[in-house]
Amino acid sequence: MDIQLKRGLLDVCVLAAIKSEDSYGYKIIKDMKPYIELSESTLYTILKRLETANMLTVRTVEHGGRLRKYYRITAEGLRRLDEFREEWREIMSIYRFVTREDSGNE
Amino acid sequence: MNKQEFLAQLRRGLSGLPREDVEERLTFYSEMIDDRVEEGLSEEEAVAEIGTVHEIAAQIIEDIPFAKIAKERIKSERRLKAGEIVLLVLGSPIWLSLGIAAFAVILSLYVSLWAVIISLWAVFVSFAGCSLGGVLVCVIFTAGGSVASGVAMLAAGFICAGLTIFMFFGCKAATHGTLILTKKTAIWIKNCFRGKEEA
Repeated sequence: MDIQLKRGLLDVCVLAAIKSEDSYGYKIIKDMKPYIELSESTLYTILKRLETANMLTVRTVEHGGRLRKYYRITAEGLRRLDEFREEWREIMSIYRFVTREDSGNE
Repeated sequence: MNKQEFLAQLRRGLSGLPREDVEERLTFYSEMIDDRVEEGLSEEEAVAEIGTVHEIAAQIIEDIPFAKIAKERIKSERRLKAGEIVLLVLGSPIWLSLGIAAFAVILSLYVSLWAVIISLWAVFVSFAGCSLGGVLVCVIFTAGGSVASGVAMLAAGFICAGLTIFMFFGCKAATHGTLILTKKTAIWIKNCFRGKEEA
């Protein structure tokens, strides 16, 4: 997949992974695994970027005698997901146009 | 490699970087290993899944902005003595001009590298133009009655079209190579500033 496209998609995927409930690093990677591969260092960079953009907040929770960071989506993050849905509605209609032309030539 | 060894190696790999960045990354990786161990993996397996210290350190260095690394470096330098400051100021006409000259040389080398790339693309464009021109002139010559010249022009056009295709891949590879070189150089400069050769 195109690197620029993948980068944009990864941001949205991480937001989607924390959309319904707060999540932590390893769980985000596991939840995304069936759809898109993501390394730890990439995840770190994305989480930082989303935090700076106020799309998520971080809190540290004690878990089994150690600390674990949980990430929670913000209103801004939810807005980004809505925006993504709109963008892809357009892209999907373009996709249908492109593939329809393919089948029309057969 | 167990968790302690992994974190110790990563810490060494990140020496010279801003302290708070290093601590935050180490906490992050430590949590990632603990979560895997909780799922039933051994520490060794968990560390192996995360990747090699070398790769991780290289990506982290790439992520941290140059200005931050340079600032950390200046912060960690010892305080200068009064005599050293006087020498530094008195010597400034020499070291400052040498420094500017060195910078100018490096900058001009870099600019000329890109100039080569631009000229390669210019050759690509001219080949593409020639192939179109060849076909066009062929039509004109043939219409004017000189079929032999027309065919020769068409052949020339086709040769140029072939060269255009070759040039395209060559140009693309050269541009890509230069971009990678730029990225590598940036990491190298960052490594120089944090006082450590790339491992």
